[in-house]
Amino acid sequence: MAREDYEVVMGLEVHAELSTKTKIFCSCPTKFGAKPNTQVCPICMAMPGTLPTLNEKVVEYAVKAGLATNCEISRNSKNDRKNYFYPDLPKAYQISQYDKPLCEHGYIEIETSKGKKKIGITRIHIEEDAGKLDHDDLSGGALVDLNRAGVPLIEIVSEPDFRSVEEVDSYLKKLKSILEYIEVSDCKMQEGSYRADVNTSIRPIGSQKLGTRTEMKNMNSFRSITRALEYEIGRQVDILDNGGTVEQETLRWDEVSGKTFSMRDKEDAQDYRYFPEPDLVAIKLSEEYIENIRKTLPEMPESRKQRYLNDYKLSEKDAGIITSSKYLSDLFEKAGEICGNYKAVNNWIISDISRILNETEMDPIEIPFDAKQLAKLVTLIDKGTISSSIGKKVLEELFENPRDPEDIIKEKGWIQISDESAIKEIVQKIIEANPQSVTDYKGGKDRALGFLVGQAMKETKGKANPQLLNKLFIEELNK
Amino acid sequence: MDITELTVHELQEKIKNKELTIMQINEAYVNRIKEKEPEVQAFITELTEQGIEQAKQIQNRIDNGEKVGDLAGIPIGIKDIICTKGVKTTCASKMLEKFIAPYDATVMEKINAEEMIDLGKLNMDEFAMGGSTEYSYFKKTRNPWDLSRVPGGSSGGSAAAVSANMVPWALGTDTGGSIRQPAALCGVVGLKPTYGLVSRYGVVAFASSLDQVGVFTKDVQDCAILLNVIAGYDEKDTTSVDVGQKDYTKSLQKDIKGLKIGVPKEFYGEGINSEVKASLETAIAKYKEMGAEVEEFSLDIAKYALATYYIIACAEASSNLGRYDGIRYTYRAPEAKTLKEIYKKSRSEAFGAEVKRRIILGTYVLSSGYYDAYYKKAQQVRTLVMNEFNKAFEKYDVIVTPTSPTTAFKLGSKSNNPMEMYLADICTVSVNIAGLPGISVPCGVDSEGMPIGMQIIGNKFCEETIIKTAYAYEQETKFREKYKPTFKK
Repeated sequence: MAREDYEVVMGLEVHAELSTKTKIFCSCPTKFGAKPNTQVCPICMAMPGTLPTLNEKVVEYAVKAGLATNCEISRNSKNDRKNYFYPDLPKAYQISQYDKPLCEHGYIEIETSKGKKKIGITRIHIEEDAGKLDHDDLSGGALVDLNRAGVPLIEIVSEPDFRSVEEVDSYLKKLKSILEYIEVSDCKMQEGSYRADVNTSIRPIGSQKLGTRTEMKNMNSFRSITRALEYEIGRQVDILDNGGTVEQETLRWDEVSGKTFSMRDKEDAQDYRYFPEPDLVAIKLSEEYIENIRKTLPEMPESRKQRYLNDYKLSEKDAGIITSSKYLSDLFEKAGEICGNYKAVNNWIISDISRILNETEMDPIEIPFDAKQLAKLVTLIDKGTISSSIGKKVLEELFENPRDPEDIIKEKGWIQISDESAIKEIVQKIIEANPQSVTDYKGGKDRALGFLVGQAMKETKGKANPQLLNKLFIEELNK
Repeated sequence: MDITELTVHELQEKIKNKELTIMQINEAYVNRIKEKEPEVQAFITELTEQGIEQAKQIQNRIDNGEKVGDLAGIPIGIKDIICTKGVKTTCASKMLEKFIAPYDATVMEKINAEEMIDLGKLNMDEFAMGGSTEYSYFKKTRNPWDLSRVPGGSSGGSAAAVSANMVPWALGTDTGGSIRQPAALCGVVGLKPTYGLVSRYGVVAFASSLDQVGVFTKDVQDCAILLNVIAGYDEKDTTSVDVGQKDYTKSLQKDIKGLKIGVPKEFYGEGINSEVKASLETAIAKYKEMGAEVEEFSLDIAKYALATYYIIACAEASSNLGRYDGIRYTYRAPEAKTLKEIYKKSRSEAFGAEVKRRIILGTYVLSSGYYDAYYKKAQQVRTLVMNEFNKAFEKYDVIVTPTSPTTAFKLGSKSNNPMEMYLADICTVSVNIAGLPGISVPCGVDSEGMPIGMQIIGNKFCEETIIKTAYAYEQETKFREKYKPTFKK
């Protein structure tokens, strides 16, 4: 059978690190990138006799995430222990939630090329992250860094509602933007604070019975998720087509070889021996508590998008791109408000800024310059101080070493030449140097004008005012 | 006058009247430890030198006219399961032989705030698992009344040290009877408070939903004084409960007229030694004489308590002891090369047989496929046990039972028979299962002169009632004036 003859069924487990200042069960800071084992205490190092105390912010953030994804919030929830041995798990159990998660039965709506679709959220629960192993190539051993041990996570489990890789991609982007909007996670994928496990199975179209699923663990870039899933679906199709059976296993995606590998064999099938965490009391939430959190929910991407369509007349597509990230959306609104030219800000974000983000695989939140600087760039172009082609160079400079665009153009000598006599001199010089183009132009070839303007721009390193340049060329050539 | 014979409240009186100094007291205890420790073997870590130093400083401050607290300079012994900053906390295990906590348990902070002097860390069954202190990795503690017998367990070091006058009082922990049973076997007072009254922070966990810190003292008055020090809500232990500050010494009253005592017949039947039973009957008759209303009743569910206890305790222990993995502060098998070897060899070599037995039991009852039949069922029975006790406390102020089915047994007589050892807990475990307070007070001796303990169980957070019931009996019968440990060889 061909690939089109199979239906793909996928479900997702997304882990998002919550942006609380302190860890979930102790008061250690959660900041990323500190020296190994400098953000630890006896509690998160699991020293004998220590006890966890639940960080209330974690519950608040998880409830917020639940409300933003249309979940029912449990009034009576609890923590459980998930037992397994690994050096990055100092207690030999992870405090998680098993049968009574904080949030259940939600959904989010995604957009794909085939239209809108609702994806069910099975549950959202809170848990602690594990530490990290740094493999030491010199000794061949591994070093344990417990800075991340106890950093709060929410795990968002979806229903197996995905039927295409595009849907998975769209869902992951949508969910990320929701978490950013409600400011519970910074979702920095490169730092691992937004990562996904994907369960994949295939079945012949029309079949009701689910196929055997594989689980792909800990993927943290949209690009590799798409690649990995395409590969995995293809792999399963090949197996079935050749009369084989798909093994239920956990897979690891290898970015370099572009293949998936089995992570552990069946012999090691884990029995996590979940049981209620006796060191913590039940989590009981009042109606009032939940309602108060509901009141703090900010304007969500849908509503912002609608506003952009109405108020700023953005295209559906542009408004979609900008509102997909709270950071981009905030940048758009702030810069637009400062410079007054929303359309121009929109164009910068959609074209050049998005291109650079793509090329550098940067997350919008990592954009180094602020709205004020972007607004200044727009204003400088609007005032004619620089041309838009200089503007692009200024933008690149803003990514490199952000500072006031006015200072950038002064430093770099990029101020536009708008002095008519100076430009006229250049125009005459270019005309003299290119007699053939002059003849072509006079012979009716309009393209020759473009060439001449280009030469003049080159001569002035792009600084000549393009409108003025055009006007003076036409005047001179028609003399 | 033998200073080490005195209770703490007697010491306080003599300090106040300038009959004794802090130095004299501590020197007397340090000498007593020197004299008796070789035969009793109660200490894992002696802190006598530091203790004398600390006593000197306090004495100096007093001599300079400084006012110090009522308990400043009073010696104490600490079960080696309670973390003490800068001093080894071994849990009597090879696994933690070299572990030095960089923090104090909350109860230790309270002891230190009173400027009490910790004279040493006391022996116990490894990770508090056992009823004889024979499962200590380091040594076997002897019963001061007969050195061929066990002191009980798991807090056997604490009980023996108090009984042998090596410390005036001590802290222990009680998960299934580990304070009350050794207190009974060593002829001292032992109190396990209500679950949640005392912080568990810094107390190495055995079974988190059952563990509770409590006290060993020479008499009930000292028990109330020390409970005043350690009780109280702790934000570092979210299972601790804020019941407000109480003064338990206010409960030291002799009048118990009209007190309603329930006597559950299941605790006087099969498996209970006849001399123990007879002694309890005499004690109950005494209560009647003193004006209490005594009624026999049935606590039928109690027969399931032991099985329930071993399932829950082992399940929690199997998880709590996972952290001793050979990676950080524990023993690591020297020849282990791979990760799996580190786990397997370190845990195989450093845990004793009883600890391994319970880890295996606990792992089994939590396994998928068995969870419902064991752990879940045990939790359901636990609820029933609580309900039965609740019903009983609608009728009675206290429940009186033997603390231990027998008096102290000979070393080695049960250590190879786990089932028989587990039965030693039969009178005490239901109290932990229900989270209730229980106190053991001496109520007589058997024909061989070994002490017998009476357990008085109260409703949740009704420590006042059991202290009062115990105090009234103690004042009436004066056990300490009649019997003393003989260090029989």
